Amino acid sequence: MITKRIIPCLDVKEGRVVKGVQFVGLRDAGDPVELSTFYDEQGADELVFLDISASHEGRKTMVEVVKEVAGTLAIPFTVGGGIHSVDDMRTILRAGADKVSLNTAAVKRPELIREGADYFGVQCMVVAIDAKYDEELGSWRIYTHGGRTPTDWEVTDWAKEVVRRGAGEILLTSMDQDGAKNGFDMGLTETVNNAVSVPVIASGGAGAKEDFVDVFEKTRADAALAASIFHYKETSVEEVKKYLREKGVRVR
Amino acid sequence: MIGIIDYGMGNLHSVSKALERLDLSYVLTEDTEELAKADGLILPGVGSFHDAMNILKEKKQVDFIKQWVADGKPLLGICLGMQLLFDGSEENGDTEGLGFLPGYARLFPGKSEKDVSYKVPHMGWNKLQFKQPDHAMLTNIEEGHVYFVHSYVMRTDAKDILLATADYFGEVPAIVGKKNVIGTQFHPEKSSRIGMQLLENFGKMVAEGRNINE
Repeated sequence: MITKRIIPCLDVKEGRVVKGVQFVGLRDAGDPVELSTFYDEQGADELVFLDISASHEGRKTMVEVVKEVAGTLAIPFTVGGGIHSVDDMRTILRAGADKVSLNTAAVKRPELIREGADYFGVQCMVVAIDAKYDEELGSWRIYTHGGRTPTDWEVTDWAKEVVRRGAGEILLTSMDQDGAKNGFDMGLTETVNNAVSVPVIASGGAGAKEDFVDVFEKTRADAALAASIFHYKETSVEEVKKYLREKGVRVR
Repeated sequence: MIGIIDYGMGNLHSVSKALERLDLSYVLTEDTEELAKADGLILPGVGSFHDAMNILKEKKQVDFIKQWVADGKPLLGICLGMQLLFDGSEENGDTEGLGFLPGYARLFPGKSEKDVSYKVPHMGWNKLQFKQPDHAMLTNIEEGHVYFVHSYVMRTDAKDILLATADYFGEVPAIVGKKNVIGTQFHPEKSSRIGMQLLENFGKMVAEGRNINE
């Protein structure tokens, strides 16, 4: 049977990995290529690169990074950030990425998902959803622009909408849990899993290896994504997968 | 030398990069005259079956590939490229395939026989189960995990073409083969060590210039 995926996420700015990665033994901890090889060797099932460059030059550098990573990595990787058109998708996919992730651009113009899916296939189209619980709404509200801008979308409505429009996977980030390090948002993750039939990646809140067991035992999440917990060596991909295996969760 | 058929579909870059890492020489082109100089062909592909067949026809590659196979030269189809080797697919309306292998691609129903609903696409790492462990394609490979991503699955009654399968709410043909025609439903170029070994095995067959299953 299919295994649960563990996905480290790397923020890249102007071609460099940011968020102060603390690794011993790496020649250059800011080098996306070296870091991705490190995670590959640790048993990461996939990688996500988020381009947080603000400049046009930074975006161009990202394409070079994608080419280099694709030349060394033998596991799939997704690139998000700054993708606003089919041309942007083509540039990133032709450079060697396996999937592109849309967030703000998909909310602004949902047709973009279908345009990409028709051209590249649904398996290339990830929609990243940033959601935050809203008392008034009685559910989770969708935010764009890195969580700064609230939208009118409720999370299950939006999740169904993006799948209808051709999303092959959902990268679901809980803004409430993100950075809190006390576990994934089970309610949000299961709510979205019940609403759609495509794979869902749970993100936001991983603070310990136990959190990964929790999210896979308590929800139907297909994958779990984390950043700082791996970067700051609080645990490792290897350790997380070993622990999952011990607890009877199927991993590679 | 290996010829990678460029027909505008799929992640050709990662396939060619994988061959580079294995030190296998290749040419990536849509030009059939160039491809004809190769010793083995790879038909990659992501996207839809219907679009892929249309483009192959437009680029006059269908007859070329059929002649190639008739000449007994090695051909490896990857993911959609594997599905194209079969009779056809129901993706985006029924479409006829290249017809080298018997079988038809059907959408994963998303519901098991026991009425359990499951995720489509079949995306992620799944475990291989060997059906013909002594096959040359499986040399130095164990029944480990490889990376799948597909919404349509091959249905075939020809058990003799199944080299390896995976289990996803039913049997998923993972590696298929009949003489010089080989296919993998998963992406070897994205399947870490096992995937690289598979590509190396194919490279070896190409270099040795022999037909598979012989």
